[in-house]
Amino acid sequence: MAIYVDRRKLVLPGELLAEGKFEAGPNTYKDGEKIYSSVVGLAEIKNKVVSVIALKGCYMPKVGDVVIGVIYDYTPTSWQVDINSPYLATLQVIDALPKPIDPAKENIRKYYDVGDVIVGEVIVFDKTRNPMLTTKGKGYGKLSGGRLLEISPTKVPRLIGRRGSMINMIKKELGCQIIVGQNGRVWVSAKNAKYEDIAIKVIRKIEMEAQVPGLTERVRKMIKEEKGRVDGG
Amino acid sequence: MSGGKPVLIDERGLRVDGRKPDELRPIKIEVGVLANANGSAYIEQGKNKLLVAVYGPRELHPKHLALPDRALLRCRYHMAPFSVEERKSPAPSRREIELSKVIREALEPAILLDRFPRTAIDVFVEVLEADGGTRCAAVTAASVALADAGIPMRDLVVACAAGKVDGQLVVDLCDAEDKYGEVDMPVAYMPSKGVVTLLQMDGILTREEFEKAFKMAILACEKIYEFQKEALRRKFGAVQEEVSGDK
Amino acid sequence: MISKVPVNLNRAYLLDLASKGARIDGRSLSDYRPISIEFGIAGKADGSAGVKIGNTYVMVGVKAEIGMPFPDTPDEGVLMVNAEFVPLASPSFEPGPPDENAIELARVVDRGIRKSEALDLKELCIIPGKKVWMIWVDIYVLDYNGNLMDASALAALAALMNTSIPVAKVEGDEVIITEERKPLQLRDYPIAVTIGKIGDSLIVDPSLEEESVLDCRLTIFTTRDGNTCALQKSFSGVFTPEEILKAVDLAIGKGKELRSKLLEAYEQFKGSS
Repeated sequence: MAIYVDRRKLVLPGELLAEGKFEAGPNTYKDGEKIYSSVVGLAEIKNKVVSVIALKGCYMPKVGDVVIGVIYDYTPTSWQVDINSPYLATLQVIDALPKPIDPAKENIRKYYDVGDVIVGEVIVFDKTRNPMLTTKGKGYGKLSGGRLLEISPTKVPRLIGRRGSMINMIKKELGCQIIVGQNGRVWVSAKNAKYEDIAIKVIRKIEMEAQVPGLTERVRKMIKEEKGRVDGG
Repeated sequence: MSGGKPVLIDERGLRVDGRKPDELRPIKIEVGVLANANGSAYIEQGKNKLLVAVYGPRELHPKHLALPDRALLRCRYHMAPFSVEERKSPAPSRREIELSKVIREALEPAILLDRFPRTAIDVFVEVLEADGGTRCAAVTAASVALADAGIPMRDLVVACAAGKVDGQLVVDLCDAEDKYGEVDMPVAYMPSKGVVTLLQMDGILTREEFEKAFKMAILACEKIYEFQKEALRRKFGAVQEEVSGDK
Repeated sequence: MISKVPVNLNRAYLLDLASKGARIDGRSLSDYRPISIEFGIAGKADGSAGVKIGNTYVMVGVKAEIGMPFPDTPDEGVLMVNAEFVPLASPSFEPGPPDENAIELARVVDRGIRKSEALDLKELCIIPGKKVWMIWVDIYVLDYNGNLMDASALAALAALMNTSIPVAKVEGDEVIITEERKPLQLRDYPIAVTIGKIGDSLIVDPSLEEESVLDCRLTIFTTRDGNTCALQKSFSGVFTPEEILKAVDLAIGKGKELRSKLLEAYEQFKGSS
């Protein structure tokens, strides 16, 4: 049994991480008894699980994920939703509206049109077919106003923070609504347009510096400075 | 423009550009140079200048081409009209089509394609200036671009050619050596796994010469591997340094 | 750019911003994004340049070849402009021959250069009716983030400024290409300025996100004297005559700015090489 890397060491594809009775966690692969990194990222070893925190990567849907999607296309009884993933998602009418509709009488575009932004949850995903969503549920549905941006999905956990600590801090300090999708899409809305701009700047900063320790303090400092700048000047 | 074959190895045993037989051309690799692509890399190797972009994994159109259990890797090797001495038509030539296939097959064994069924991973290579050995430079840069895109791989793939010019075995052939030499043998290799993913050869080599040249190519690949890793570490380690600098 | 379809709430936001004279990246309605111009970047071309406007990056290579003139202009060289929108530049570019956008761009840049008479095509004649210099201008789009037209036109002009062609000597019926080279002479510096319309506002140098919500777009080439020499309206919205005149005035002004930037960059390049 041997571990060849320090925790949080920057590792590259093909780099040997550990050997022996370990479990191969995310972003690694096993070759016999040896576990290697498969991506560029930070090595992590916890409870006999060897994994790598990827610094870049696409969004792979998981059942239960909250995602922000953009309506891409539609059929009489369903919508196709772009969820920033290699897989286009399907949202069926029965998973969006309280009552079924008669496709002959009503056009579903009345509810969600192409280009609309929605927040929902992944309810089905296995690799044999495209993911399925629901927008039935508290806080789900169409988003209006505000701004939509995209960050690398690998940075979402840092943006949210442990038990929501980071994102709640930002929402409170800037008085804005923020919805973070696991798929890297973030919706921000504030009555104060300048604070909305600050929120976006902050989110971009977190994306850039997600892996650097001391981020929470730097963010707190930045919010204070930016608020001072727009309120004072 | 003087015609005829130049002297490829001089009295001191040095090559047409002054290199020793086992010496590589200067290499520079930059990661993440394009804003749109999911991953990208720029490589200069001697006078070669190549840009590689990776898109994916992404939806595959038309759907019937999708593979049920893994991603489809597609590769396009293409030369700019101004990349060579005589203007080349932008339409794909037979050589570009063959190289596209060979490069794809060099990269495919390294990528964990089964993690993304029914998707496509696209690798686009554009040669901006060509001076021999562009397919090797393409494989080397493409691996870095794939890593930049976060696409899971078993290892980086690195490539270099060995060959024979004026009777002497050499590595990393430039255009003149390619054109006027006796043998050109490109090799692509996964150093951490010790396996070869691309091998082509044309010309005559004895069994001994073959083994010697092949080993020279592998050694050259291992040297270039260090450049790939260093380029990736430079890019991904940069933010850490930038932020600590503030304190 | 987010998503394969224009995002409705982003469009609303951009429209609102523009009506207040602002843009998403903090520019004014008439500002360009940062521009960088590099000369001589393709070693095997007879002339080359790379231009970045924001994240849009276009490279142009010029190659000179000897060929036959067109039958109706036997004493003139031939200028050919081609554009490749290579797939590495954008998720929306497919491999294949140039599509209508690439062809339109090449033809518009061609008109900008040709109609300004920046190149003296008669200078490129070697043996009238038989042999002339063909100047291939290959526009290579490497990163598409809005406003390919201005970046391509600027890069094409810069590449021509950087071009030198071999000196050809005529001996009887034969053309001898000597080792000597001479720079291509340019008589003008036509600059393209592209202006988009969003709602009732005119914005200069639309970024990718802005381009996806424009009603329509106007590219205006102006010469050193402040004359217009080529125009192209694109996208399927409409302009009022007042908007067009306003756009032309904008283009003359911004054209001057870009022209001095280009000439300054060229002086710096000549000075350091």
